[in-house]
Amino acid sequence: MSEEKQSKINLNRTDMPKQSPEMRRHNFNEVALGYTEELAMQEASRCLQCKKPSCVTGCPVEIDIPHFISYIVKGDFAGGIKKIKERNCLPAVCGRVCPQESQCESKCVLVKKGGEIAIGRLERFLADWEAAQGKIDLPEKPEPTGKKVAVVGSGPAGITVAGDLILLGHEVTIFEALHKAGGVLTYGIPEFRLPKSIVAREVEYVRMLGVKVFTNFVIGKTRSVDELLKEFDAVFIGTGAGLPWFMNIPGENLNGVYSANEYLTRMNLMQGYQFPLSKTPVKRHTRVGVIGGGNVAMDSARTALRRGAEEVRIIYRRSHAELPARKEESENAEEEGVIFNMLTLPIRYIGNENGWLKAIECLKMELGEPDASGRRRPVEVPDSNFIIELDAAVVAIGNSPNPLVPSTTPGLETKKNGTLIADPETGKTTRDRVWAGGDIVTGAATVILAMGAGRKAARSIHEFLSQ
Amino acid sequence: MSRIVKIESIVPNMHFLVVEAPEIATRIQPGQFVIVRAEEEGERIPLSIADWNIDEGTITIIFMEVGSSTRALASLKGGDTLPTCVGPLGNPTVIDHYGIVMCVAGCYGIGSIYPVAKKLKEMGNTVFSVFEARSSYLLYWSNKFVSLSQRIFNITRDGSLGMKGHINRLPDIIHGLPKMPDRIIVNGCTYLMARTSEITRDMGIPTIVNLNPIMIDGTGMCGVCRVTVKDQMKFACVDGPEFNGHEVDWKEFLSRRKAYLEEEVLFYRKSESRSAIHEEGKCHS
Repeated sequence: MSEEKQSKINLNRTDMPKQSPEMRRHNFNEVALGYTEELAMQEASRCLQCKKPSCVTGCPVEIDIPHFISYIVKGDFAGGIKKIKERNCLPAVCGRVCPQESQCESKCVLVKKGGEIAIGRLERFLADWEAAQGKIDLPEKPEPTGKKVAVVGSGPAGITVAGDLILLGHEVTIFEALHKAGGVLTYGIPEFRLPKSIVAREVEYVRMLGVKVFTNFVIGKTRSVDELLKEFDAVFIGTGAGLPWFMNIPGENLNGVYSANEYLTRMNLMQGYQFPLSKTPVKRHTRVGVIGGGNVAMDSARTALRRGAEEVRIIYRRSHAELPARKEESENAEEEGVIFNMLTLPIRYIGNENGWLKAIECLKMELGEPDASGRRRPVEVPDSNFIIELDAAVVAIGNSPNPLVPSTTPGLETKKNGTLIADPETGKTTRDRVWAGGDIVTGAATVILAMGAGRKAARSIHEFLSQ
Repeated sequence: MSRIVKIESIVPNMHFLVVEAPEIATRIQPGQFVIVRAEEEGERIPLSIADWNIDEGTITIIFMEVGSSTRALASLKGGDTLPTCVGPLGNPTVIDHYGIVMCVAGCYGIGSIYPVAKKLKEMGNTVFSVFEARSSYLLYWSNKFVSLSQRIFNITRDGSLGMKGHINRLPDIIHGLPKMPDRIIVNGCTYLMARTSEITRDMGIPTIVNLNPIMIDGTGMCGVCRVTVKDQMKFACVDGPEFNGHEVDWKEFLSRRKAYLEEEVLFYRKSESRSAIHEEGKCHS
């Protein structure tokens, strides 16, 4: 690189405006406010437009990143969003919740100098810009192939499969067990991180493409996979999360101990954050402890703050460095006032005489040798027991895959942990004409990985249907 | 969206609801339940199924008005639609040829045990039915059980029909039978199921209960319906709702069922009219 060219490189990532921590900890409005047109163009203009863009290799759905950014530089936002939608039917979601720092942005040539392009923020900008225009451009309708595909679950994996296959001319029907489509985007991720109106908009887009969506329909119960196979040429299973894990310590069934699935579903899907305007009851807690260190734990802690808790803490058995949450999320939580009790292991919930949680007993931990995951293993410090007073605990340590489809579909094999066995390259399961992807295959992972799996499965299903 | 074909009060506080749900009607089996929302912002509540008609594509639910959600449901009319009626959920009752089976029921459980009794009879069992209520005017559907039952026993608190007292009179009934029942199945409120299980434990009679915890999704995701059975954590929606009554931690179960009573009260105070709250188990107070 010549001296002259290097000097032109702008390493200053354009900040995205956010609500201040003092403000946002009291409301459920979105934390990050998004780029303005000027800010987006300013950020886009820093892109070097690499001939062999490595950012694209970091994207599970292979968006042509430099190309869409070049449209922003020109101020052609309609062109930019069209480019993204060639590869991604959920840009407003991905622009918000993808871990770009470990994907596309981590591959940007400027990352070593600390000035990687804010690809996620630009993606989000284009999606929001399009929505603000109030007019969505639909791609041309392809020739119908006459083939029918059933998609089980309307989360990120299912929506991606549906969006891809409908554009290839297949007839696609989504079956969703809950009363609203979107899967974890709807029941799991809170309003302040991903407004539900945005999820609804993205689902509506897939509907406009021609995908039929049946809610309140439980495959494995209302109809079996075998019955679907009689009516459809192929079935994709993206049923996602299942039963929440608990630590198997005393007192877990006390009132006031929630699984993160329950806590977040109550707040998000059932709109408990608006209680008593909404009808699903939620408690007002004052001292809340969230067990775990992932994104779900951060979501739960930040939700508890917004529901008016005076003291919210993350209780995690390893140290800060090992937190599995996105850095942005743990930083947001910290800014908002969430207390981090690191190297702390809960060993017992303590209840009052009415069966309600009143405290949690913990042990101090220290880091030992690295374990199988490569992270230093937490080791108990003997006799370090201490008690934290709490009136609610949210257990966010993960979940097993949803049991309904595997348990009702003969020949659909699972691993010991309950995840479906599926080819990582194609999503093919052990049953003929049945594909799967997302958390039901990988166990708890990210939105974009589920979308990536959906994309691969869609490709394989299309190949099969084209034979 | 499921259309309500018919809804009416069957006895005070108890409602009879027929819903168009052809997919559910063709698949449902005794012991299973559906999740219903009465209104768009409504809560998801699990309700047991009392009957169904495959030809007409309908299911029948008997439900008790206990809180704001069941009250909203009760206020609907024939022709209205339910935003959600999803199922059939949970595992069916395991029904085999046992010999003598006693069906014990109260409240909404008289409805939900009806398909169980019917199938038991079909499988060649001798069925004795035991119904419990505060007073005779709270009993319903007895005529539907006549042809299924060897005999029907009623227990009423005020003695207006059958034995006077409450479920504690069950031993008198059992000892009056020519032979001990081979199995007892209980449907109804928590108190009825817990008390029956206590009684039959000492008698060594296998007792199956159909649990009715708080649920949200009902499909094995949220984990709110967890219950301790034989010292293990079970999820009523996918592991149940039927369990061995002798193995259920009843104290914990009752406490978890009441978790949102305070909010229910808050809600009632907010709503326009203030009708009485029928706390669960009130019929036994």
